[in-house]
Amino acid sequence: MKQFAELFAELDGSTSTLHKVQALKRYFEHAPAEDAAWAVYFLSGGKPKRTVPTRTLREVALQVSGLPDWLFEESYLAVGDLAETIAHVLPTSSTVPSQSQGLAWWMQHRILPLRNLPDEDRIAAVQSCWNELSATERFLFVKLVGGGFRVGVSKLLVTRALAELAVLDAKLVATRMMGFADASNQPTAEQFSALLAVPANSSTGEDPGRLGQPLPFFLAHPLQEEPEELGPLEDWLVEWKYDGIRAQVVKEGGQVWVWSRGEELVSEQFPELQEAFAQWPDGCILDGEILVWQGDAPAGFNALQGRLNRKVVSKKLMADAPVVFLAYDLLRLHGDNMVNLLQRERRTALEKFHASHHEQSTVNAMPRLLLSQSVKAPNWDALKLLREESRGRGVEGFMLKHLASKYGVGRTKADGLWWKWKIDPMTVDCVLVYAQRGHGRRASLYTDYTFAVWETPPASKAQAQEVAQAIANGEKVEDTVARGLPRLVPFAKAYSGLTDEEFKEVDRVIRKHTVDKFGPVRTVVPVLVFELGFEAISRSTRHKSGVAVRFPRMLRIRHDKPLHEADHLAVLEALLPPENAV
Amino acid sequence: MDLVVSRPEGLYCPPGDFYIDPWRKVDRAIITHAHADHARVGHNHYLCAAPGEGVLRTRLGNISLDTLPYGTSTVHNGVKISLHPAGHVLGSCQIRLEYQGHVWVASGDYKVAPDLTCDAFEPVKCHTFITESTFGLPIYRWRSDAEIYAEINAWWAANAALGKASVLYGYSFGKAQRILAGVDSSIGPIVCHSACEGLNKAYRDAGVKLPETLTVSEVLDKSIYKNCLAIAPPAAQGAAWMKRFGNSYSDAFASGWMQLRGGRRRSNVDRGFVMSDHADWPGLMRAIGATGAEQVIVTHGYVQVMVRWLQEQGLNARAFVTEYGGEGEGEQEPAA
Repeated sequence: MKQFAELFAELDGSTSTLHKVQALKRYFEHAPAEDAAWAVYFLSGGKPKRTVPTRTLREVALQVSGLPDWLFEESYLAVGDLAETIAHVLPTSSTVPSQSQGLAWWMQHRILPLRNLPDEDRIAAVQSCWNELSATERFLFVKLVGGGFRVGVSKLLVTRALAELAVLDAKLVATRMMGFADASNQPTAEQFSALLAVPANSSTGEDPGRLGQPLPFFLAHPLQEEPEELGPLEDWLVEWKYDGIRAQVVKEGGQVWVWSRGEELVSEQFPELQEAFAQWPDGCILDGEILVWQGDAPAGFNALQGRLNRKVVSKKLMADAPVVFLAYDLLRLHGDNMVNLLQRERRTALEKFHASHHEQSTVNAMPRLLLSQSVKAPNWDALKLLREESRGRGVEGFMLKHLASKYGVGRTKADGLWWKWKIDPMTVDCVLVYAQRGHGRRASLYTDYTFAVWETPPASKAQAQEVAQAIANGEKVEDTVARGLPRLVPFAKAYSGLTDEEFKEVDRVIRKHTVDKFGPVRTVVPVLVFELGFEAISRSTRHKSGVAVRFPRMLRIRHDKPLHEADHLAVLEALLPPENAV
Repeated sequence: MDLVVSRPEGLYCPPGDFYIDPWRKVDRAIITHAHADHARVGHNHYLCAAPGEGVLRTRLGNISLDTLPYGTSTVHNGVKISLHPAGHVLGSCQIRLEYQGHVWVASGDYKVAPDLTCDAFEPVKCHTFITESTFGLPIYRWRSDAEIYAEINAWWAANAALGKASVLYGYSFGKAQRILAGVDSSIGPIVCHSACEGLNKAYRDAGVKLPETLTVSEVLDKSIYKNCLAIAPPAAQGAAWMKRFGNSYSDAFASGWMQLRGGRRRSNVDRGFVMSDHADWPGLMRAIGATGAEQVIVTHGYVQVMVRWLQEQGLNARAFVTEYGGEGEGEQEPAA
């Protein structure tokens, strides 16, 4: 644990990529392989199932520190991180451990067993763990236990360090790393050694990998310039860009695996896909999008959201929100990797695969393997016109894939080019009404905001000012409405889109116009108008406003826009897709 | 009877008819210490602790100033005034006021841990204690200066071995001198930004022992920019002054805010050293407890938190709204 804590301190304290890679290499070289395996797991984003609920961690911290609940909460607000707060308020350790155990020992003997303990024993066990750890180690302990471990290291950096250490191609290491950090995996010394091993097939540089392992996803770049700059349209494969879950389906050893782009194994959330693809030949991997499909079009993302992270997937759920896998690439067939073939060759192979397997991929009389349509247009201008139909089709724009592209690793441009050519977001002018402090780097600033629109447009500037005054005076909303004043209806939360400078500026305004002093959420007098952008909007019974927006973010502060000119609910409702409108 | 009340001009003593660290221009001001948010220009008459004369004059220039040695007293309009070390920076004091049997102490900014550059904080018994609360949360607990100096020395030595300068940002008055007084000057030469150097002189003149320092205009041999410790105010970060160190220097911040990862990341430097001139949470508790005061008034920092905590401890606690905390280590200025 001590060695890992030192690595963490070094990574956390550095802003230099080179320095971080050096530190990682040193650690991987000297740490015992079983510890290094867990380090790779955590550093590349692995989260074991939660072993201790957050409320228990807080409870023990309160007991040990003797602080009242409210003071712990105020401390947490200042720190913006539970693990760090706990590490800072606990008294200095009383017992010195006889010898420091490694990360793997801590995981296997102390942390993972916590999950199956009864509540009281768990509290005692956590206390005794804290007694044996230094402040930094306690911080790490809470992070590892609570599943919130993050340090300024990307999976890419871990891959690079491992590749440099073992003198291997980084792509090979990236391929081996796929699925390593999945929650269900318990990393072992053997797994770590396998990451660094000499490739099984020295001529191709490939090796078989673990059963059911996906390949690294190839990612697209947002298209900033005009599409004409990309050259002739004939060189590009054009596809609609869907708003689903990017996934790879692996069929191997008689089993079907479904992996999300976050390298989470999600097979069990989609039993119909497992069933539908059971007849595929062994040794194939397809890349595509999981979508809820209704009629001949995708349902909104809301429908898909209802299918995620369910413990039990009921028949009713599968009937109400049936999913399909819309394939757009073929990465492996009969055990042969195709990633180094060109896009046009892979597309032909994919079309062939679809033709021979889509019929057997049917569940409940519904085809589950769809082929991403290749969109044809005579020229860029015609394509631009087609793009205007995106919203009506329930898609986000186009994907443009160069026909001579290989299937690369991650967001690189070395092997080929994929662009996402998205439509502009919908926008609305709204008012900041609540603010909350951010986390981590932004813990001292109010950076998480709730936005509202007018329920009905104010009659005048003066009337809008009257509402602001009433909020400043702490008057109840019902009372202001009873006085005939319009109401502000919250509809979205956003915390991104502003520069650090703008956040500081907004933070100053919020501190000046905060109505109350305690608690995490502060009511703010409506003085700031923002232009908010979002990708989609749908009806929602869960939100008071009756609408839910997707990916809301701040586009700019509208200093030029007075309060009474902020938009009202009818403007939002007019943006709803036809089937959603009332 | 209230010996101190809050007025738009600043904290005011009604029977004595004078102010404590006022933020608007007044006739008579007693100054707890020479940081800009406590010592402003434009008052007709100043009083400060004798060891603080040099630094106050360095900052405010030609003012009408009386001084009082620590522990001695003077009487003004029937109010007995004495000044006692606050341990914050050179010359910082707590102001003890006694009138008709009531004793109030206004402490300005203070720390209770020892400091090589100023007299140690002295607990003063009183009925009412006026306290700061800059680091008034239990997450703030400082380690000893010896540990922090060892960290700074190790960082400096490692950089020097790699041929890199070590640029350490710290407030130019107080923090800079405290760093100087404790680092191991045998590691290499020390360069100080001119903003710090003026105060260095005032400290040396007051008898505080500091190692030899150079301003950049005194540097003849440019090779020292490869192994020196350079001390500069936070404002120098990213400024033209930094150009002389080339691209391969290491930088760090010395501040209580460095206690938190968020603070370190926001400051955008390689290292953060947790060194503060304010009391940490246990220090605040110890100082308040030692006064024996029944009433405590909180002026700046985590005011609401401290008031509520003290009330729950059975004390009569409330807040004064002030304009302190703008310089140095106020909540709005986490970088300093």
